[in-house]
Amino acid sequence: MSNELTPIDDSALPQHAPRATDVSPASEKRAEQQVAILFGLSGVGSLLLIYSYIFVKDTVFIFIPIMGNQNAQQLGIGIGMAMSLFFIGIAAIHWAKTLMPDKEIVNHRHEFRSSDEDRAELVQTVKEGVAGVQLGRRKLIKRSLGAAIGLFALPPVLLLRDLGPLPGKKLETTNWKVGTRLLTDPGNRPILASDLEVGAVVQVLPAVADMEHRPLSDIAKDPVLLIRLRPEEFQLDAERLAMTHEGIIAFSKICSHMGCAVALYEQTTKHLLCPCHQSTFDVTRAAKVIFGPAARPLPQLDITVDAEGYLVARAPFNEAVGPSFWERNSQ
Amino acid sequence: MTTTEKKIGTAANFVDERLGAAKWVKKSLNKVFPDHWTFMFGEVCMYSFIILLLSGTFLTFWFDPSQKEVVYNGSYEPLQGLKMSAAYASTLNISFEVRGGLLMRQIHHWAANIFMAAIVAHLLRVFFTGAFRKPREFNWILGILLLTLGLVEGLLGYSLPDDLLSGTGLRITSAIIQAIPVVGTYAAFFLFGGEFPGTDFIPRIFTLHILIIPGIFLAVITIHVMLVWYQKHTQFPGVGRTEKNVVGHPILPVYMAKAGGFFFVVFGITAFISAVASINPIWLYGPYTPGQISAGSQPDWYMGWLDGLVRMAPPLETHAFGHTISWNILIPAVIVPGIIFTGMALYPFIESWITGDKREHHLLDRPRNVPNRTALGVMSITFVMISLINGGNDIIATNFDLSINQIMWFSRIGIFILPPLAFIITKRLCLSLQRADRELLLHGAETGRLLRLPHGEFVEVHAPISPEKAYLLQSHEQLVPLEIEDVDARGVRRPGAIKNKLQRRLSKAHAVSVPKVTEQELKEIENH
Repeated sequence: MSNELTPIDDSALPQHAPRATDVSPASEKRAEQQVAILFGLSGVGSLLLIYSYIFVKDTVFIFIPIMGNQNAQQLGIGIGMAMSLFFIGIAAIHWAKTLMPDKEIVNHRHEFRSSDEDRAELVQTVKEGVAGVQLGRRKLIKRSLGAAIGLFALPPVLLLRDLGPLPGKKLETTNWKVGTRLLTDPGNRPILASDLEVGAVVQVLPAVADMEHRPLSDIAKDPVLLIRLRPEEFQLDAERLAMTHEGIIAFSKICSHMGCAVALYEQTTKHLLCPCHQSTFDVTRAAKVIFGPAARPLPQLDITVDAEGYLVARAPFNEAVGPSFWERNSQ
Repeated sequence: MTTTEKKIGTAANFVDERLGAAKWVKKSLNKVFPDHWTFMFGEVCMYSFIILLLSGTFLTFWFDPSQKEVVYNGSYEPLQGLKMSAAYASTLNISFEVRGGLLMRQIHHWAANIFMAAIVAHLLRVFFTGAFRKPREFNWILGILLLTLGLVEGLLGYSLPDDLLSGTGLRITSAIIQAIPVVGTYAAFFLFGGEFPGTDFIPRIFTLHILIIPGIFLAVITIHVMLVWYQKHTQFPGVGRTEKNVVGHPILPVYMAKAGGFFFVVFGITAFISAVASINPIWLYGPYTPGQISAGSQPDWYMGWLDGLVRMAPPLETHAFGHTISWNILIPAVIVPGIIFTGMALYPFIESWITGDKREHHLLDRPRNVPNRTALGVMSITFVMISLINGGNDIIATNFDLSINQIMWFSRIGIFILPPLAFIITKRLCLSLQRADRELLLHGAETGRLLRLPHGEFVEVHAPISPEKAYLLQSHEQLVPLEIEDVDARGVRRPGAIKNKLQRRLSKAHAVSVPKVTEQELKEIENH
């Protein structure tokens, strides 16, 4: 284009500027020695690694400012390894930069597009090959091949079927049944209503047959938080209020957003906060979501006391605990 | 001929008579790689991948990928007597009993972080310089694939120790899978072998983490590098560098020595960081149990932006016909990342459609000379950075004594306002830089020396710039908008009018740039 500057002549390409090592034998000698020293430092690193591995006890700690107490053995092995690797690299680069030839060279590029003849020949070859297969003519083969491949695709999918059981109603059920006792976690002790003072928060699990070996998949659904407030602090409708017992209210500890444990309780505001995504639930208003991405309140467990005065579930959870899923009936 | 030469000659003859490799090897050893410090990002990716393979292999010798319950009786006192999975116990064993084991764990984790960081840096370099343009679109897509694989591989990797933090990450992962409409619950049950967490997941992801995904990685990295080799590396503009050549040092000996040395440097630095800086101290977190959690649960940074998006999502769920759709999970964790990654993969084709440019490009762009692309890149970075900040909102809140709710609202509003703002500002900055280049070319460099002329006027003395610099400043192409007519030569409306309009508008926006200096202008200045 005429309105553009003509490129500067290629011959202006900066010529190889000689390095100190190219002109001065002393400098060249020095560079050679530097490379040798760097390789030597790498050897020192390897020796440090070997020494630390064999002779330094793993009970020795040394204090390093800022980093604090460091295990001497791990540190010795680490620093030794770092030195032995790093100095080999630096030596090679220093060698290349100071002593190896420094002249840039030029390669040429070619367009990637194949020549028209080659393309035409390819098309011809493919056409002939495809014609030789005769799929267009042999309808019977074509159809049976399609059917065979279609069926062939099924077994690999089927073979993965035993990866896991079908969900069934598992996500909607917990170990909380009518009359299940609330046990402290940890400790597995039953709880009297009078054990809890106003403001107390306790994590509980349901009483089950084998309390020492609860599967983790149960612990992913069963945990409940008991919180005792003054009854007048609740702002609940009659139905929800009936599910509490003497100011004790019980919520699933498993976040209705993504299933983390809703572990942070703020005494002053009566808010429960999930540390994963900061969903915040108001305990006084039936764990209503007041902030964050959770879309549903924490399920509330209906509690009462049994004949001996211990806290029990009056009914199972009336909805699925934990994160949402397609089959969940959230109405 | 010395004896060494004779020996090498015999060996070479043996190989060449069987493989006929002499011609190809000769050509390859003279292959040119252009030099620029930003070209090292890709090298760092490859080297940290090798470090990951080596350190990972070391770890597999002791790691027990099992969720079988064991009682810990190792040397770390605070956890003695506790029930935990064999995976967690063996990770403790590697950290405390195996000499150099903790170092290797830390090298593996640090190298993973460096790997991901280098991928991002490499991606940004390729994007901002336009290296993805024809003929390198395939390699761009492979790069996006490697980035995606890296995210998954990293997540699986830090989930393996089965500590409280990583278990929490898996809980979130399972919730995301469960949120997928129709098939989600089934997918989660099949992956976890039943209800979360079950006892199958760690052994399954172990196989994926150490075999399947590294295998795919190896294959894709090999193709990625072979394509760079075959298509020859791009180069920055400069005197003597054209679309038809490639200027630099040959493989033998300089490039080989530098690149080989650089591998050791990367490994050495990784080892040094791992020797002095603790990462993922799993013994402090304790074994995983779904009923507990540690405050300040954070994923690694490359997943942190996704977590930040999930945190800022509005509390939206659809409840209808006995089914639940969790938009609060699907939008931030599936839909938005899906759009971002698909958009990234398709970008070379989108840009080529906008500019109508179907030519091969081997000379890199200076980012300022393509303001629209540069602005788009900075806009995307801003989007991810806000998400990342929100992903650490709890940490920021406690460290800077701020309210989590305020940070969350800042992110919720900022995610819509700040990226477009970044786009506008970056585009203006690019145009300003172009103007500065034009000034430099026309009037030379400012020297800061003031002259007082005889009639009292003050002027600043400008020094001429070097011919190399002058060449660089005018070596780019002037961007021109596409000319697309809505009607053809006979005045008939062409089909696809809306598409044409869109393309014309985008093309016009893309071509906004400062006019290049013309020869006439330069002559006029000289005669001045």
